[in-house]
Amino acid sequence: MKVLQFLLAALFNLAEPFFRVAQRLLGVSRMGWLFVGPNLLILGVFTFIPIVINIWYSVTGGVELMPNQRPYTGLENFQVLLECENYLDPQSCRKDIFWQAIFNTVKFSVLQVSLMVFFALITALVLNRKIIGRSFWRGVFFYPVLLSPVVVALIWKWLLQTYGVFNAALVGMDMQPVGWLIERDWAFFWTLVVSIWAHMGFYTLILLAGLQAIPKDMYEAAEMDGATPFRTLRRITLPLLMPNLLVVLILSMVRAVQVFDEVFVLTGGGPGSATTFVVQFIYQTGFAEQIHLYGLAAAASLMLAACLMLLTLLQWRVSSANKAAKEK
Amino acid sequence: MLKFLTRTRGRNKLDWTDWLSYIYLTLGLFLMFGPVLWLVISSFKTQSGISEFPPTLLPYEQRQVSVVGHAQKLPLYTVKAKGEFAEIRRIGLFSTMVDPKNPSVEIQVNIQDRSPVRDIHWATENYTELFGKFNFMRYLSNSVFITVVATILTLLFNSMAAFALSKYQFRGQKAVFMLILATLMVPPTIVLVPAFLVIGQLGLLNNLWGVIWPAVATPTGVFLLRQYMLTIPDELIEAARMDHASEWRIYWRIILPLTAPALAVLAIFSVMWRWNDFLWPLIVLSRSENFTLQLALNSFQGELTTEWHYLLAMTVITLIPVTIVFAFLQKYITTGIASAGVK
Repeated sequence: MKVLQFLLAALFNLAEPFFRVAQRLLGVSRMGWLFVGPNLLILGVFTFIPIVINIWYSVTGGVELMPNQRPYTGLENFQVLLECENYLDPQSCRKDIFWQAIFNTVKFSVLQVSLMVFFALITALVLNRKIIGRSFWRGVFFYPVLLSPVVVALIWKWLLQTYGVFNAALVGMDMQPVGWLIERDWAFFWTLVVSIWAHMGFYTLILLAGLQAIPKDMYEAAEMDGATPFRTLRRITLPLLMPNLLVVLILSMVRAVQVFDEVFVLTGGGPGSATTFVVQFIYQTGFAEQIHLYGLAAAASLMLAACLMLLTLLQWRVSSANKAAKEK
Repeated sequence: MLKFLTRTRGRNKLDWTDWLSYIYLTLGLFLMFGPVLWLVISSFKTQSGISEFPPTLLPYEQRQVSVVGHAQKLPLYTVKAKGEFAEIRRIGLFSTMVDPKNPSVEIQVNIQDRSPVRDIHWATENYTELFGKFNFMRYLSNSVFITVVATILTLLFNSMAAFALSKYQFRGQKAVFMLILATLMVPPTIVLVPAFLVIGQLGLLNNLWGVIWPAVATPTGVFLLRQYMLTIPDELIEAARMDHASEWRIYWRIILPLTAPALAVLAIFSVMWRWNDFLWPLIVLSRSENFTLQLALNSFQGELTTEWHYLLAMTVITLIPVTIVFAFLQKYITTGIASAGVK
């Protein structure tokens, strides 16, 4: 504690003369720039400048990392990515892995979001009942959210490996062991389960907060009128929860589209390309493969960005509509 | 006792929907904690115990006994209808065994007629040996360094920015706030390639600071702290200015102490974010002496498929800090999520 106090005091004394001089030069009202400066500088260097470079990367070719050494190629990168004989068949595309990744990501996002929000809703409804030890139960569902993607993947890899618990259970029931992460369909199925397991608690929490904001007298009134529980759910709870539900849907969609870490550690994108998603495609094209095709990776990431932008705008529309409805 | 357990608030009896709720919750408890518990138990198994199939629930080790006339300890077995014998040697399907209580008696036993005598044994050596192996201390200290330094800088820079955006009026203030919020829309996955270039140009590749600097300006942190600072009355600042306090002193001595609750929430989140970070360190840190725990786990799970006992122990160590945070600070996390929607 003493050390901490000393360090804090030292930091204060170190910075003060500098700020004093600045204050004399700038005047009080412009000190705001000084305080927001470090943050802006970091965001500028690591976010805004990279955005600009990214756009340049996407319209240049070659394997050079330095932007000024890269030849301008126009929209060639996008053409390479988008060239397809038949858009419904990834095999016929020039970059078949990219299209396979898009197909996988769409399939994954739709399934993961709908299943996860469904279970999160059920869990939130149960947690919102009069139960003993609510905060304990809430914690139970929330715990996996805090685990790192690598840890999550390893926990499940250990369960799903050929000589793991799941196969032991199968053998115990006189069945053949299954290659959970070796067969395409099973591997995809488990990426879904694992990511739902890891993230459901977060959305449960948001939905629970929404449920607790619904005024209690609504339910009392419904009970007086003799409404069945199911009717109460359909006519009161769900309509009033709708704003939260929409936010949760979009937020989880934004995250699902960017799925990478857990799956990368769990399956490495395999078997084949069965669980390769768009972010992994970007990572592999830009970093992991022998020839680093930065332009192609940048073009793919811009397409992903456009998709995320759309989702975020949708979210803003929804939440500003919510606010307007609340103020009425 | 049963009456106490089955009592509900307000009503006297549990109806079937309550039973259903508790069944659902118990199932949830099993599904959420089961996998983690299995990992923890497995991490205490010996190397031979871990490769056993089907696996045992608890970690076991075969009992070894010393027998007069034999220098080494011998593994103990239960032989059908004969009692406990120790194995001297085994040739093919037959094993030569000795009665530990009466070392002159040696028998030949078909190996199908015997089963090992085993005791529960928690193989803590999986953990203790880790510290001497594969640079484990290095990974741990890298992770701790990044987490601690990045969290301190995050608190400092974000609170400074939040102070500027909540307590000053300067031209372009709104634009700056919008700009910071807009970066919420740019997840690191989008700018991976050019950010790699920037890090390289700054000479921060394979440098822990290359992971720290980009992480310390978080839009969520600025937003969270700004919302909190808006509730601090401006009169306090006016009064301090009357007393000729410098702006830095106002920030440090008045604003920061009053923002402590929000800073605590952000600190917890920052620790979790940095401790769990994966994609960004994966790109910046490619030399193994710079690995964080997460990166080390990732690279070992590819290489060490035969050394699951070390891998599991390492995974357990990696999830300890997070579990401590969860156990003691859960309340702050849940309020943080409910109020700002941060994760």
